[in-house]
Amino acid sequence: MDVKKTIIEKIWEQHIVRSHTGEPDLLYIDLHLVHEVTSPQAFEALRLADRPVRRPDLTLATVDHNVPTQGRDLPNPDPLSTKQIETMQKNAAEFGIPLWDIFDTRQGVVHIIAPEHGLTQPGMTIVCGDSHTSTHGAFGSLAFGIGTSEVEHVLATQTLPQVPPETMSVEVTGSLSPGVTSKDVILAIIRRMGVDGGVGRVIEYRGELIESLSMEARMTVCNMTIEAGARAGLIAPDEVTFEYLKGRSMAPEGEAWDAAVKDWSSLKTDNGAEFDHSIVLNGSEIEPHVTWGTTPAQSVPISGRVPGPEDFTTAAGKETAERALTYMDLESGQRIEDINIDRVFIGSCTNGRIEDLREAASVLKGKRISETVKAMVVPGSGPVKIQAEAEGLDSIFKDAGFEWRDPGCSMCLGMNPDILLPGERSASTSNRNFEGRQGAGGRTHLVSPTMAAAAAVAGHFVDIREI
Amino acid sequence: MKTIESIQGKTIPLNRADVDTDQIMPKQFLKRIERSGYGPFAFYEWRKEESFVLNDSNYTGAPIMLAQQNFGCGSSREHAVWGLEDIGVQAILAPSFADIFRNNCSKVGLLTIVLDQSDIDYLMSRAEELPDSQVRIDLSSQTVKLEGSDWQRSFEIDPFVKHRLLNGLDDIGITMQYEDEISNYESSRSSKKPDTSSAFEDTMKVG
Repeated sequence: MDVKKTIIEKIWEQHIVRSHTGEPDLLYIDLHLVHEVTSPQAFEALRLADRPVRRPDLTLATVDHNVPTQGRDLPNPDPLSTKQIETMQKNAAEFGIPLWDIFDTRQGVVHIIAPEHGLTQPGMTIVCGDSHTSTHGAFGSLAFGIGTSEVEHVLATQTLPQVPPETMSVEVTGSLSPGVTSKDVILAIIRRMGVDGGVGRVIEYRGELIESLSMEARMTVCNMTIEAGARAGLIAPDEVTFEYLKGRSMAPEGEAWDAAVKDWSSLKTDNGAEFDHSIVLNGSEIEPHVTWGTTPAQSVPISGRVPGPEDFTTAAGKETAERALTYMDLESGQRIEDINIDRVFIGSCTNGRIEDLREAASVLKGKRISETVKAMVVPGSGPVKIQAEAEGLDSIFKDAGFEWRDPGCSMCLGMNPDILLPGERSASTSNRNFEGRQGAGGRTHLVSPTMAAAAAVAGHFVDIREI
Repeated sequence: MKTIESIQGKTIPLNRADVDTDQIMPKQFLKRIERSGYGPFAFYEWRKEESFVLNDSNYTGAPIMLAQQNFGCGSSREHAVWGLEDIGVQAILAPSFADIFRNNCSKVGLLTIVLDQSDIDYLMSRAEELPDSQVRIDLSSQTVKLEGSDWQRSFEIDPFVKHRLLNGLDDIGITMQYEDEISNYESSRSSKKPDTSSAFEDTMKVG
């Protein structure tokens, strides 16, 4: 009898270069994405050891983390940022790696550009020196973030020693209620699992609700897998995946396309295969979510109130909640809808794709943002920006009072000038609400693009279902 | 990589759960292209709080950090490990660690040890009450000992990581010994897999 396997085990086994008892498996890496921030020291180490990049043809670089999102035709005022970008250019040229540079129309957030050109495909192993690499799992690939030493390892050998993960099924049943997005689904999952519920595991997201999502919505779910502590998260490829990939510049064509679809179609968890862990969520009950604290697991439905230390059972839980409330300047019992905001950020590898911008624009059409709010949209990539402008979305955002910027990670992590000032409070479509994440002393609330847009208009959080 | 056999010294009680790498190494310091010199930036914001443990001269030079659950969560930035390394931390003891951070530590040669919550809480309170308490970690016997007492615990460690740390072996050097296996894999690898050679030309066509 055949052994029943999960999709996670199938992809893993297809990439084993070497397996030896007492050692991690050596896995082959199909695609290595590189950016300016976590690679300079890796290239420098290669240079010192006189090692080449083994497979520049399986490597793609861009600049996204610290690039300015306005005034790119002017000299970059930040000398360190300039040096890091120039270092990426120099390294790409020296080691023969393609680079989608700052003035390339394809430049953008690393996890947005590979999928939109059809480079991310089912069944691949994909790594990048960035923890949100799990985004690519939406295509049924095994994609995970790595540190700079591992970046060097992959550049030198195109492989990575990895201990096999535990497998986890996260099943979401039912369907999305009106006003609820895939961002709310993943926030609900993280809330349920906790920020370390996934440590050591790779998740397969499954179930009726997950299958009903578009590719872009699936990417939002997989993107935030790391916020539950998991190594990677993926969704089995299906017709939605194939439809999305077909015709993209780096996807197969003609006979190769047919053969690829045949291969990809077999990438499913076998009936009866067992996961090491599993949870089920009723998706129909999920409401729009807003984070109140300083971890992505600290969220509540928009209809809810800010919890307090009394809502937690352990001493550590109480202390963490207390510290989060102090940092966020919130009071236990406060209604989420009564929280006023100063800034709105729409963008990032979580929610910077065209569907996100369309949804946000649909809320903003014909409206003006509150006079007390400063808001910006940062498209996830050049093609997203071009498409949005072709559809007139930029005008809707600008007419509403939003700034319309150039692509990059921007205020998601605040490495460029796009930051919160101390004490400022944001509604943000990004992925982390850690202390100081968007700027020292800044306070971040994570929400979906429509919730962010609605908050921009009202000046405080509102229930998108009542608009 | 330097070898690790044993580590002995004072411990720094960092008594907070879910400490993320944004706290350990804030983003503004990731623009540097150097590999060293990150010590002054470690916990940059928290060090502005006078009561923060790293501002307490009692713990200056301590080679062991005590931490709480899920230490090192969030971003993959190895700069966080480089910062800890640069302030002299050689080992971290916690009830649990985030995966990428723990991996990064093992590549740099910083030992991460998981102990039960109650053991961490005990060591934490000892370090808070008696900052001069000495802890000794012995890697080959996989033990942690509180000097001057009977308190001793053994810990688990991935045997391969242990072997590398004990011998100071470079991970890439090890993998390079398997050059034949890698080449064999490549020659049997599907030609249908995408490559990035077309990325040099601008053939933008999306959607």
